[in-house]
Amino acid sequence: MGRVSAALTAAGVRDWLQRFATAVDEHAGELTDLDRPIGDSDHGVNLQRGTHAVLAALDAADPATPGAALVKAGSTLVSTVGGASGPLFGTLLRRTGKALGDADPVDAAALAAGLRAGLDAVTALGGAQVGEATLVDALAPAVEALEAGGSAQEAAGAAERGAASTDDLVARKGRASYLGERGIGHRDPGAVSIALLFAALAGSTAEDGS
Amino acid sequence: MSVRVVLLSHSADVARGVADLAGQMAPSATVVPVGGTADGRLGTDADALEAAVTAGLDAGAEVAVLVDLGSAVLTARTVLADLPDQAPVALVDAPFVEGAVAAVVTASTGAALAEVVAQAELARDLRKG
Repeated sequence: MGRVSAALTAAGVRDWLQRFATAVDEHAGELTDLDRPIGDSDHGVNLQRGTHAVLAALDAADPATPGAALVKAGSTLVSTVGGASGPLFGTLLRRTGKALGDADPVDAAALAAGLRAGLDAVTALGGAQVGEATLVDALAPAVEALEAGGSAQEAAGAAERGAASTDDLVARKGRASYLGERGIGHRDPGAVSIALLFAALAGSTAEDGS
Repeated sequence: MSVRVVLLSHSADVARGVADLAGQMAPSATVVPVGGTADGRLGTDADALEAAVTAGLDAGAEVAVLVDLGSAVLTARTVLADLPDQAPVALVDAPFVEGAVAAVVTASTGAALAEVVAQAELARDLRKG
Protein backbone atom coordinates (compact mmCIF):
# COMPACT_ATOMS: atom_id res chain seq x y z
CA MET A 1 0.00 0.00 0.00
CA GLY A 2 0.63 3.21 0.03
CA ARG A 3 3.64 4.64 -1.35
CA VAL A 4 2.42 7.58 -3.35
CA SER A 5 3.14 7.11 -7.01
CA ALA A 6 6.29 8.55 -8.45
CA ALA A 7 6.38 11.96 -10.08
CA LEU A 8 4.87 12.10 -13.54
CA THR A 9 6.79 13.45 -16.53
CA ALA A 10 5.68 14.10 -20.13
CA ALA A 11 7.15 10.73 -21.04
CA GLY A 12 5.20 9.27 -18.14
CA VAL A 13 1.96 10.67 -19.56
CA ARG A 14 2.85 9.14 -22.93
CA ASP A 15 3.45 5.77 -21.22
CA TRP A 16 0.18 6.09 -19.27
CA LEU A 17 -1.85 6.78 -22.40
CA GLN A 18 -0.01 4.07 -24.34
CA ARG A 19 -1.10 1.59 -21.67
CA PHE A 20 -4.62 3.00 -21.79
CA ALA A 21 -4.71 2.57 -25.59
CA THR A 22 -3.52 -1.02 -25.23
CA ALA A 23 -6.18 -1.71 -22.60
CA VAL A 24 -8.88 -0.18 -24.80
CA ASP A 25 -7.69 -2.40 -27.68
CA GLU A 26 -7.88 -5.46 -25.44
CA HIS A 27 -11.33 -4.55 -24.09
CA ALA A 28 -12.86 -3.06 -27.24
CA GLY A 29 -15.17 -6.04 -27.69
CA GLU A 30 -16.32 -5.89 -24.08
CA LEU A 31 -16.92 -2.13 -24.27
CA THR A 32 -18.91 -2.60 -27.46
CA ASP A 33 -21.01 -5.34 -25.84
CA LEU A 34 -21.73 -3.07 -22.87
CA ASP A 35 -22.79 -0.34 -25.28
CA ARG A 36 -25.05 -2.64 -27.31
CA PRO A 37 -28.23 -2.57 -25.16
CA ILE A 38 -28.74 1.10 -25.95
CA GLY A 39 -28.43 0.50 -29.68
CA ASP A 40 -25.21 2.41 -30.19
CA SER A 41 -22.43 -0.11 -29.55
CA ASP A 42 -19.63 2.14 -30.71
CA HIS A 43 -17.97 3.11 -27.42
CA GLY A 44 -15.12 0.62 -27.81
CA VAL A 45 -14.35 1.41 -31.40
CA ASN A 46 -14.74 5.17 -30.85
CA LEU A 47 -12.35 5.15 -27.93
CA GLN A 48 -9.92 2.96 -29.85
CA ARG A 49 -9.86 5.45 -32.69
CA GLY A 50 -9.35 8.27 -30.21
CA THR A 51 -6.56 6.69 -28.20
CA HIS A 52 -4.59 5.77 -31.30
CA ALA A 53 -4.97 9.33 -32.56
CA VAL A 54 -3.74 10.54 -29.17
CA LEU A 55 -0.55 8.47 -29.41
CA ALA A 56 0.10 9.75 -32.92
CA ALA A 57 -0.51 13.34 -31.82
CA LEU A 58 1.85 13.00 -28.83
CA ASP A 59 4.53 11.52 -31.07
CA ALA A 60 4.13 14.36 -33.57
CA ALA A 61 3.94 17.23 -31.06
CA ASP A 62 6.28 15.80 -28.40
CA PRO A 63 4.95 18.06 -25.59
CA ALA A 64 7.57 19.10 -23.04
CA THR A 65 5.49 18.93 -19.84
CA PRO A 66 2.90 16.53 -18.41
CA GLY A 67 0.32 19.30 -18.53
CA ALA A 68 0.95 20.04 -22.19
CA ALA A 69 0.84 16.33 -23.01
CA LEU A 70 -2.56 15.93 -21.33
CA VAL A 71 -3.96 19.05 -23.02
CA LYS A 72 -2.81 17.71 -26.39
CA ALA A 73 -4.26 14.28 -25.66
CA GLY A 74 -7.59 15.72 -24.55
CA SER A 75 -7.92 18.01 -27.54
CA THR A 76 -7.18 15.08 -29.84
CA LEU A 77 -9.93 12.99 -28.23
CA VAL A 78 -12.47 15.80 -28.64
CA SER A 79 -11.57 16.05 -32.33
CA THR A 80 -11.43 12.39 -33.30
CA VAL A 81 -13.92 10.35 -31.31
CA GLY A 82 -17.23 11.61 -32.72
CA GLY A 83 -19.40 10.38 -29.83
CA ALA A 84 -20.02 11.48 -26.26
CA SER A 85 -16.81 9.89 -25.01
CA GLY A 86 -14.82 12.42 -27.08
CA PRO A 87 -15.95 15.56 -25.26
CA LEU A 88 -16.10 13.76 -21.89
CA PHE A 89 -12.72 11.99 -21.90
CA GLY A 90 -11.22 14.88 -23.84
CA THR A 91 -12.43 17.43 -21.31
CA LEU A 92 -11.15 15.28 -18.44
CA LEU A 93 -7.61 15.11 -19.85
CA ARG A 94 -7.55 18.68 -21.15
CA ARG A 95 -8.73 20.30 -17.93
CA THR A 96 -6.43 18.10 -15.90
CA GLY A 97 -3.56 19.18 -18.11
CA LYS A 98 -4.47 22.84 -17.85
CA ALA A 99 -4.65 22.58 -14.06
CA LEU A 100 -1.15 21.07 -13.97
CA GLY A 101 0.22 24.15 -15.72
CA ASP A 102 3.96 24.11 -16.39
CA ALA A 103 4.86 21.82 -13.49
CA ASP A 104 7.44 19.24 -14.52
CA PRO A 105 7.49 16.67 -13.12
CA VAL A 106 4.10 16.53 -11.42
CA ASP A 107 3.88 15.01 -7.95
CA ALA A 108 1.00 12.89 -6.68
CA ALA A 109 -0.76 15.72 -4.85
CA ALA A 110 -0.67 17.97 -7.93
CA LEU A 111 -1.96 15.14 -10.11
CA ALA A 112 -4.83 14.56 -7.69
CA ALA A 113 -5.67 18.28 -7.75
CA GLY A 114 -5.44 18.32 -11.55
CA LEU A 115 -7.74 15.33 -11.88
CA ARG A 116 -10.20 17.02 -9.50
CA ALA A 117 -10.31 19.98 -11.90
CA GLY A 118 -10.88 17.49 -14.72
CA LEU A 119 -13.69 15.77 -12.82
CA ASP A 120 -15.35 19.09 -12.06
CA ALA A 121 -15.19 20.06 -15.75
CA VAL A 122 -16.72 16.73 -16.77
CA THR A 123 -19.61 17.08 -14.34
CA ALA A 124 -20.19 20.66 -15.51
CA LEU A 125 -20.21 19.53 -19.13
CA GLY A 126 -22.42 16.48 -18.84
CA GLY A 127 -24.42 17.39 -15.76
CA ALA A 128 -24.04 13.93 -14.22
CA GLN A 129 -23.46 13.28 -10.53
CA VAL A 130 -22.43 10.10 -8.76
CA GLY A 131 -25.24 7.55 -8.79
CA GLU A 132 -26.57 8.20 -12.30
CA ALA A 133 -24.76 5.33 -14.04
CA THR A 134 -22.17 7.30 -15.97
CA LEU A 135 -18.38 7.48 -16.09
CA VAL A 136 -18.58 9.86 -13.11
CA ASP A 137 -19.37 6.83 -10.91
CA ALA A 138 -15.86 5.50 -11.61
CA LEU A 139 -14.06 8.82 -11.94
CA ALA A 140 -15.19 10.48 -8.71
CA PRO A 141 -14.06 7.70 -6.33
CA ALA A 142 -10.74 7.36 -8.16
CA VAL A 143 -10.04 11.08 -7.77
CA GLU A 144 -11.10 10.95 -4.13
CA ALA A 145 -8.71 8.05 -3.50
CA LEU A 146 -5.80 10.06 -4.92
CA GLU A 147 -6.84 13.14 -2.94
CA ALA A 148 -6.78 11.04 0.23
CA GLY A 149 -3.16 10.18 -0.49
CA GLY A 150 -3.86 6.77 -1.97
CA SER A 151 -1.67 5.17 -4.61
CA ALA A 152 -2.61 4.91 -8.28
CA GLN A 153 -3.33 1.25 -7.53
CA GLU A 154 -5.86 2.25 -4.92
CA ALA A 155 -7.42 4.78 -7.29
CA ALA A 156 -7.70 2.06 -9.92
CA GLY A 157 -9.43 -0.20 -7.40
CA ALA A 158 -11.85 2.59 -6.49
CA ALA A 159 -12.61 3.20 -10.18
CA GLU A 160 -13.19 -0.51 -10.73
CA ARG A 161 -15.63 -0.72 -7.81
CA GLY A 162 -17.31 2.47 -9.01
CA ALA A 163 -17.77 0.98 -12.48
CA ALA A 164 -19.25 -2.18 -10.94
CA SER A 165 -21.65 -0.06 -8.90
CA THR A 166 -23.33 1.12 -12.13
CA ASP A 167 -24.75 -2.40 -12.55
CA ASP A 168 -27.51 -1.58 -10.10
CA LEU A 169 -28.17 2.03 -11.08
CA VAL A 170 -30.79 3.60 -13.32
CA ALA A 171 -29.14 5.80 -15.94
CA ARG A 172 -30.38 9.39 -16.01
CA LYS A 173 -28.02 10.79 -18.63
CA GLY A 174 -27.25 9.97 -22.20
CA ARG A 175 -28.90 7.42 -24.42
CA ALA A 176 -28.83 4.77 -21.68
CA SER A 177 -31.43 6.87 -19.83
CA TYR A 178 -34.02 5.77 -22.41
CA LEU A 179 -33.78 2.29 -20.92
CA GLY A 180 -34.98 3.45 -17.51
CA GLU A 181 -35.42 0.54 -15.09
CA ARG A 182 -34.58 -1.90 -17.87
CA GLY A 183 -31.01 -0.63 -17.66
CA ILE A 184 -30.52 -2.16 -14.22
CA GLY A 185 -27.97 -4.94 -14.49
CA HIS A 186 -26.19 -3.08 -17.25
CA ARG A 187 -22.70 -1.76 -16.56
CA ASP A 188 -21.92 1.68 -17.94
CA PRO A 189 -19.23 1.39 -20.63
CA GLY A 190 -17.83 4.86 -19.92
CA ALA A 191 -17.28 3.92 -16.28
CA VAL A 192 -15.50 0.74 -17.38
CA SER A 193 -13.25 2.83 -19.62
CA ILE A 194 -12.42 5.17 -16.75
CA ALA A 195 -11.41 2.12 -14.69
CA LEU A 196 -9.09 1.14 -17.57
CA LEU A 197 -7.62 4.66 -17.57
CA PHE A 198 -6.73 4.45 -13.87
CA ALA A 199 -5.49 0.87 -14.17
CA ALA A 200 -3.17 2.17 -16.91
CA LEU A 201 -1.96 4.93 -14.59
CA ALA A 202 -1.27 2.35 -11.89
CA GLY A 203 0.61 0.16 -14.35
CA SER A 204 2.62 3.10 -15.58
CA THR A 205 3.63 4.42 -12.17
CA ALA A 206 4.30 0.95 -10.73
CA GLU A 207 7.19 0.22 -13.03
CA ASP A 208 9.31 3.30 -12.77
CA GLY A 209 10.75 2.07 -9.55
CA SER A 210 11.13 5.28 -7.63
CA MET B 1 -25.21 42.18 -37.88
CA SER B 2 -26.72 39.10 -39.46
CA VAL B 3 -27.20 35.74 -37.76
CA ARG B 4 -25.81 32.56 -39.23
CA VAL B 5 -27.44 29.27 -38.29
CA VAL B 6 -25.12 26.27 -37.87
CA LEU B 7 -26.77 22.83 -37.77
CA LEU B 8 -24.75 20.08 -36.05
CA SER B 9 -26.03 16.54 -36.60
CA HIS B 10 -24.65 13.04 -36.18
CA SER B 11 -25.56 12.47 -39.81
CA ALA B 12 -24.30 14.43 -42.81
CA ASP B 13 -27.57 13.64 -44.59
CA VAL B 14 -29.65 14.95 -41.70
CA ALA B 15 -27.64 18.16 -41.42
CA ARG B 16 -27.85 18.80 -45.14
CA GLY B 17 -31.51 17.82 -45.35
CA VAL B 18 -32.58 20.09 -42.52
CA ALA B 19 -30.47 22.92 -43.93
CA ASP B 20 -32.21 22.46 -47.29
CA LEU B 21 -35.62 22.42 -45.66
CA ALA B 22 -35.06 25.47 -43.49
CA GLY B 23 -33.18 27.34 -46.20
CA GLN B 24 -36.00 26.85 -48.67
CA MET B 25 -38.25 28.89 -46.43
CA ALA B 26 -35.79 31.74 -46.14
CA PRO B 27 -33.38 31.84 -49.07
CA SER B 28 -31.65 34.98 -47.83
CA ALA B 29 -30.45 33.36 -44.59
CA THR B 30 -27.12 31.61 -44.22
CA VAL B 31 -27.49 28.03 -42.98
CA VAL B 32 -24.39 25.90 -42.48
CA PRO B 33 -24.83 22.11 -42.14
CA VAL B 34 -22.17 20.21 -40.14
CA GLY B 35 -22.89 16.48 -40.12
CA GLY B 36 -21.08 13.23 -39.42
CA THR B 37 -17.42 12.69 -38.61
CA ALA B 38 -14.43 13.73 -40.69
CA ASP B 39 -14.06 10.16 -41.98
CA GLY B 40 -17.68 9.85 -43.02
CA ARG B 41 -19.14 7.97 -40.04
CA LEU B 42 -22.15 8.85 -37.93
CA GLY B 43 -21.04 11.16 -35.13
CA THR B 44 -20.18 14.77 -34.50
CA ASP B 45 -17.03 16.53 -35.68
CA ALA B 46 -15.82 19.12 -33.18
CA ASP B 47 -13.24 20.56 -35.58
CA ALA B 48 -15.83 21.05 -38.33
CA LEU B 49 -18.18 22.75 -35.88
CA GLU B 50 -15.43 25.05 -34.68
CA ALA B 51 -14.54 25.90 -38.29
CA ALA B 52 -18.17 26.68 -39.15
CA VAL B 53 -18.66 28.89 -36.08
CA THR B 54 -15.35 30.68 -36.52
CA ALA B 55 -16.08 31.33 -40.19
CA GLY B 56 -19.36 32.97 -39.18
CA LEU B 57 -17.69 35.15 -36.56
CA ASP B 58 -14.90 36.09 -38.95
CA ALA B 59 -17.54 37.20 -41.45
CA GLY B 60 -18.97 39.52 -38.81
CA ALA B 61 -22.07 37.43 -38.13
CA GLU B 62 -23.64 36.25 -34.91
CA VAL B 63 -23.97 32.47 -34.78
CA ALA B 64 -26.84 30.28 -33.55
CA VAL B 65 -25.93 26.59 -33.17
CA LEU B 66 -28.60 23.89 -33.23
CA VAL B 67 -27.73 20.28 -32.39
CA ASP B 68 -29.49 16.94 -32.62
CA LEU B 69 -28.78 14.12 -30.13
CA GLY B 70 -27.11 14.13 -26.71
CA SER B 71 -23.47 13.82 -27.61
CA ALA B 72 -23.85 16.66 -30.13
CA VAL B 73 -24.78 18.81 -27.13
CA LEU B 74 -21.54 17.80 -25.39
CA THR B 75 -19.51 18.45 -28.54
CA ALA B 76 -21.10 21.87 -29.02
CA ARG B 77 -20.62 22.87 -25.37
CA THR B 78 -16.99 21.82 -25.55
CA VAL B 79 -16.32 23.78 -28.73
CA LEU B 80 -18.22 26.87 -27.57
CA ALA B 81 -16.37 26.86 -24.24
CA ASP B 82 -13.12 27.39 -26.15
CA LEU B 83 -14.36 30.52 -27.93
CA PRO B 84 -13.57 34.01 -26.58
CA ASP B 85 -15.95 34.96 -23.75
CA GLN B 86 -17.68 37.73 -25.65
CA ALA B 87 -18.14 35.85 -28.93
CA PRO B 88 -21.76 36.28 -30.10
CA VAL B 89 -22.56 32.56 -30.29
CA ALA B 90 -25.52 30.72 -28.75
CA LEU B 91 -26.31 27.04 -28.33
CA VAL B 92 -30.05 26.83 -28.99
CA ASP B 93 -32.17 24.63 -26.73
CA ALA B 94 -34.72 23.50 -29.31
CA PRO B 95 -35.80 20.47 -31.34
CA PHE B 96 -33.53 20.16 -34.34
CA VAL B 97 -35.86 20.44 -37.33
CA GLU B 98 -38.51 22.75 -35.92
CA GLY B 99 -35.93 24.90 -34.19
CA ALA B 100 -33.86 25.17 -37.36
CA VAL B 101 -36.83 26.36 -39.39
CA ALA B 102 -37.77 28.94 -36.76
CA ALA B 103 -34.18 30.12 -36.40
CA VAL B 104 -33.56 30.46 -40.11
CA VAL B 105 -36.83 32.24 -40.84
CA THR B 106 -36.23 34.63 -37.95
CA ALA B 107 -32.65 35.23 -39.02
CA SER B 108 -33.83 36.08 -42.54
CA THR B 109 -35.85 38.98 -41.11
CA GLY B 110 -32.66 40.60 -39.88
CA ALA B 111 -33.38 39.83 -36.23
CA ALA B 112 -30.50 39.78 -33.75
CA LEU B 113 -29.15 36.62 -32.11
CA ALA B 114 -31.28 36.86 -28.96
CA GLU B 115 -34.47 37.02 -31.02
CA VAL B 116 -33.40 34.14 -33.26
CA VAL B 117 -32.68 32.01 -30.19
CA ALA B 118 -35.97 32.97 -28.54
CA GLN B 119 -38.03 32.10 -31.61
CA ALA B 120 -36.22 28.80 -32.11
CA GLU B 121 -36.70 27.84 -28.48
CA LEU B 122 -40.46 28.45 -28.76
CA ALA B 123 -40.43 25.40 -31.06
CA ARG B 124 -39.91 23.26 -27.95
CA ASP B 125 -43.51 23.84 -26.98
CA LEU B 126 -45.14 23.08 -30.33
CA ARG B 127 -47.82 20.48 -29.72
CA LYS B 128 -48.47 17.87 -32.38
CA GLY B 129 -51.36 16.00 -30.91
